[in-house]
Amino acid sequence: MARDKKRRNSGRRSPLAAAVLIGVGLLLTGGVYAGASAAMAATNDTSTQHSSNLTAEDGKKLFQANCSTCHGLDLQGTENGPSLYGVGELAVEFQVSTGRMPLAAQGPQAQIKPAQFTEDQVRAMAAYVQSMAPGPTYPSAETVDGKGDVANGAELFRINCAMCHNVAGAGGALTEGKYAPALNQTSALHMYAAMVTGPQNMPVFSNTNLNLSEKRDIISYLLYLQQNKSPGGYGLGDLGPVSEGLFIWIFGIGTLIAVTVWITAKSN
Amino acid sequence: MAHEDDPLEHERASWQPSPGLAVAVTDPVQHDSLPPHRERMTDKDPAAMKRAVRTVYTLFYLSVAASIWAVAAYILFPIESGSLTDIRHNELFVGLGIAAALLAIGVGAIHWSKAVMSDKEFIEPRHATRGRDTTRDAAIQAFAEANEESGFGRRAMIRNSMIAAVVASIVPGITLFRGLAPEGSPADPHAGDPVYLLSHTMWKKGTRLVHDPTGAPIKAADIEIGSAVHVIPEGLMPDEVSNYLDEKAKAIVLLVRMPVDQLHPPKGKESWGYDGIVAFSKVCTHVGCPVALYEQQTHHLLCPCHQSQFDVSHGAEVLFGPAARPLPQLPIEVDAEGYLVAQSDFHEPVGPSFWERH
Amino acid sequence: MSTTTAPSETEAPAPASEKEAPLGGRFLGWASNYLDERTSLSGFVKELGRKIFPDHWSFMLGEIALWSFVAVLLSGTFLTFFFQASMVETHYAGAYEPMRGVQMSAALDSTLRLSFDIRGGLLVRQIHHWAALVFVAGIGVHMLRVFFTGAFRKPRELNWVIGFILFVLAMAEGFTGYSLPDDLLSGNGLAIINGMIKGIPVIGTWTSFLLFGGLFPGNQIVGRLYTLHILLLPAILVGLLVLHLMLMIINKHTQFAGPARKNSNVVGYPMLPVYASKMGGFFFITFGIIVLIASLFTINPIWNYGPYDPSPVSAGTQPDWYIGFADGALRLAPPHLEFVWLDHTWSFNIIIPLVVLVVFIVLVMFYPFIEAWITGDKREHHIAQRPRNSATRTAIGAAGVWFYAVLWASASSDLIATHFQLTMEGVIHTLQGALIIGPIIIYFVAKRICIALQKKDREILLHGYESGRIVRLPGGEFIEVHQPVDEFERIKLADYETYEPLVVRPNAKGRIGFWRNFRGSLSRWFFEDRLVPITHTELEAAHAHQHHELEQMASIEGEEIQGAHERAGHPEAPLTPIDDGKSGEVPVRPTSVLNTDDPAHPHKNREKEAGQ
Repeated sequence: MARDKKRRNSGRRSPLAAAVLIGVGLLLTGGVYAGASAAMAATNDTSTQHSSNLTAEDGKKLFQANCSTCHGLDLQGTENGPSLYGVGELAVEFQVSTGRMPLAAQGPQAQIKPAQFTEDQVRAMAAYVQSMAPGPTYPSAETVDGKGDVANGAELFRINCAMCHNVAGAGGALTEGKYAPALNQTSALHMYAAMVTGPQNMPVFSNTNLNLSEKRDIISYLLYLQQNKSPGGYGLGDLGPVSEGLFIWIFGIGTLIAVTVWITAKSN
Repeated sequence: MAHEDDPLEHERASWQPSPGLAVAVTDPVQHDSLPPHRERMTDKDPAAMKRAVRTVYTLFYLSVAASIWAVAAYILFPIESGSLTDIRHNELFVGLGIAAALLAIGVGAIHWSKAVMSDKEFIEPRHATRGRDTTRDAAIQAFAEANEESGFGRRAMIRNSMIAAVVASIVPGITLFRGLAPEGSPADPHAGDPVYLLSHTMWKKGTRLVHDPTGAPIKAADIEIGSAVHVIPEGLMPDEVSNYLDEKAKAIVLLVRMPVDQLHPPKGKESWGYDGIVAFSKVCTHVGCPVALYEQQTHHLLCPCHQSQFDVSHGAEVLFGPAARPLPQLPIEVDAEGYLVAQSDFHEPVGPSFWERH
Repeated sequence: MSTTTAPSETEAPAPASEKEAPLGGRFLGWASNYLDERTSLSGFVKELGRKIFPDHWSFMLGEIALWSFVAVLLSGTFLTFFFQASMVETHYAGAYEPMRGVQMSAALDSTLRLSFDIRGGLLVRQIHHWAALVFVAGIGVHMLRVFFTGAFRKPRELNWVIGFILFVLAMAEGFTGYSLPDDLLSGNGLAIINGMIKGIPVIGTWTSFLLFGGLFPGNQIVGRLYTLHILLLPAILVGLLVLHLMLMIINKHTQFAGPARKNSNVVGYPMLPVYASKMGGFFFITFGIIVLIASLFTINPIWNYGPYDPSPVSAGTQPDWYIGFADGALRLAPPHLEFVWLDHTWSFNIIIPLVVLVVFIVLVMFYPFIEAWITGDKREHHIAQRPRNSATRTAIGAAGVWFYAVLWASASSDLIATHFQLTMEGVIHTLQGALIIGPIIIYFVAKRICIALQKKDREILLHGYESGRIVRLPGGEFIEVHQPVDEFERIKLADYETYEPLVVRPNAKGRIGFWRNFRGSLSRWFFEDRLVPITHTELEAAHAHQHHELEQMASIEGEEIQGAHERAGHPEAPLTPIDDGKSGEVPVRPTSVLNTDDPAHPHKNREKEAGQ
């Protein structure tokens, strides 16, 4: 277009200056916020209480202060939360250590969030619950050592777990807003705990369904997946053809069309 | 293809294709000349041209270097250790070398064509796709002479029987493809009967329910409330059954246990479960994926392929999704030792619907 | 040189001067002559060597498909030397630990060995699969370009049909290809196909048996898909591709309207050297980008999926993207759409999606003929239309794209639910609504936008574009100056044709035939809302008017400025301001006066300093 170009003297701000300034401002505030929230999350670990070997008595106090409003003072349950008779120390460890409990809000399922208690506190509460009504207990060290048969574990995982959690443990959808979470950050103990206690809608995999050796194999396979990155390169979330298709359309075709625009543009 | 003369064949009076509903524009906007050639930097400045040329051949030489690197990477990064990291490195470096080599040639060629080659535009006339009248007449003449000489047009008997013969000759070839599907034989009388095969599974009265894939039998007492157990019939092992996967595709079963008061079996199927344990076919009645996402609190069974949902506490009736029929239930009972066994085969064909199913 | 007595038409003509070397050197000259004497190659070179092709980036989208297809062919050939298309059971004994000892078919075993035990094997496998995704996507964008610019009109209708068949073949190639390793994901895909075939009335059960050689999964399917994938489908595909390109060369490529471009010419660059270089360069770039993606990103990690077994299944089971629209159609079917009647099962939850897909495909494949029938236009069209200039077609296309996109998105309904923390039921219900109501809304919105854009183009043509300069006329009113578009831009905005609806009249018997009436209704729907094209006279008149206005304003401005200069005592001062870099002011027409201030000694504001 044949516009007359106005000559500008120095001192006039470029019209882009405002946009750049806003952008810098946003980046700064966003960065400060992200840093602050990360710092706060990190400080979540420190508790007001001095952490040492806590007993079941301490656990009882913690329980009554934090959990009894929904689960009842004697673990009997209320209309807001189920009874905890027989859930065992393993369930308490799983739910509280992953941050699912205390429940922040009612919803399709309890969300994983930063844990509110230290591991010592969790163990104390677990010991208390176990003492009130015994249930599933912690596994032996061998079960969670990750040295089982990875191939057998993979086969068992595919048959029993992959339909909800995805073959690579990337998670999956359930009905009505529920979901099976991804397993790429889960600890061996929590893998075992979830299988045994069947949290919320996850089925129970008792030792008569999957015995201890099979559970060890499954845990070993999941740990193998966590430790070994795909030899093909970045996995795009391990979600399969959907992410591959999105990627190729956005980046593949996008880049190629940009290249065609470059090829047919007039050289300056 | 080459019409040397008359670039204005379109406009000749002998060929006037109908414009149909097009609005006749008697005075269309025209423009006949190309814009003046805008000089590129490389046209104006010989130094810029030299730079462009240098860029082009540098890119091509870089490509050579990248190809050499790819070969070197192939040699230098062995994968025989089996370590996934080694495999990754080999793949990454060979791939990057090849990619760089190809991209460098491509970018070099494009830069050459944009900046160095002449960018003068040319005008070339189009010729009508339709052949010229003389050509068409010659073509018609060719056919006419051939027709005259062969009598193809007027010898209807020859023509029609020829067409019939050629068409018929294809049919035996097509018939051979019947062999793609199996036929029954004395040894296996049902092999060619899809309806029979689809309507029967390995399950029979007394067949034990065993774990998939280990084959260990299951005691009713061993199943906890809230469990989901993946089940196959006893005897379904890869080395014991010749068409193992085919039988497994019909015989897979999901076993769940819930409190008896939460179970509401449909009419006539009250005795098909045992003490809150029910067994359903794991093959989705929509199009056949394994339906195995069991939610122990809601008793919903979800198929991951197309999101059909079944209510296990109500005879696996369809709650949501494209499925149309409940999952077939396997009637089970307990044998003398307490192991779960089937009462009989399924009472209906398992899996997706088919035309002959009723 | 004396000539020989024997006629020598078959010999190559001697160069004009015996001392001059032939073009490219003596060897090349000899080789060209050798070939030409045996193949008539010179005719080919004469036809194509300097053939003109028009230049626009959207014309290169088909090349994305073409070059990625070459990448697919090359990488695929390498794979065939290693892949075993057999379902014979074996036990994997290679490098990948979680698969070791697992029973699987030879197909999966050979694929795993290729990935983990052959150097570069995994790379080539990934190149092949990524290139296949790019191939089908390239066909898709190319098809969209052809549709929205009306490049399928006569004489290219047949090429559109061929191209569409190529699209279907490419999808079939992809499907058969990713089902070859016999892994869990593709095996479940085959199970779904089997279930769909079984749902077809009358022939379904037997067709399923024929395809799989008996019960599903059987031990035949991988071998049969292999035959399709490397022999039959590529042969047909290559044949049709050659036909497609030949037709493109015979018909010559379309071009957008522009300076010197007419329906009866082609304006662009010659094949040699510019086009050949650009096409060749683009081939290398396409191939290079595919290899780059394949080096950095995993695709189809079959070692995670494991062998196909009817019992396990993965959450997030989807086909490759180009089959997504079919999977999505299955997911959107409502429940309970099946009943038993006359002793047979009628599975409408499968029949309806299949029919919808087939109808969609057929409509798209035969759209050129539908539009040709409505317009009755039998002329050749070599000018590509801007989408806005064919509002109804663009709106139909937009609605079709929306329809396809909703079906495609539905294939990932469960992943949408987890990623955006929604219920899958909500996602599916929303998509069902979007599928039915969306195309109607999109149609109307797109059509209105096209017509509005046409009006805007007309505005710019007739009145110029808004330049942002506000001028106060002597009478006191403010106007914004419109600058006219230059002559080369004008033709790009102006050249389009439009159609009128058919006026339906009774025939000799006094009746209106059904088809005539139907065609009339369709043509009304298509062409009721239209703009009349601008004629050359109108444009010239408007242009002259614009120039007149601008000259008027310029002369009035000049007088004003001159008057100001005279009043300031500098009648010789220039009418346009001079910026010599010393003035701190920005000159603004028309009231600027030459500033003779020295920046080191600026004018004092005497009034201020005198304290008034």
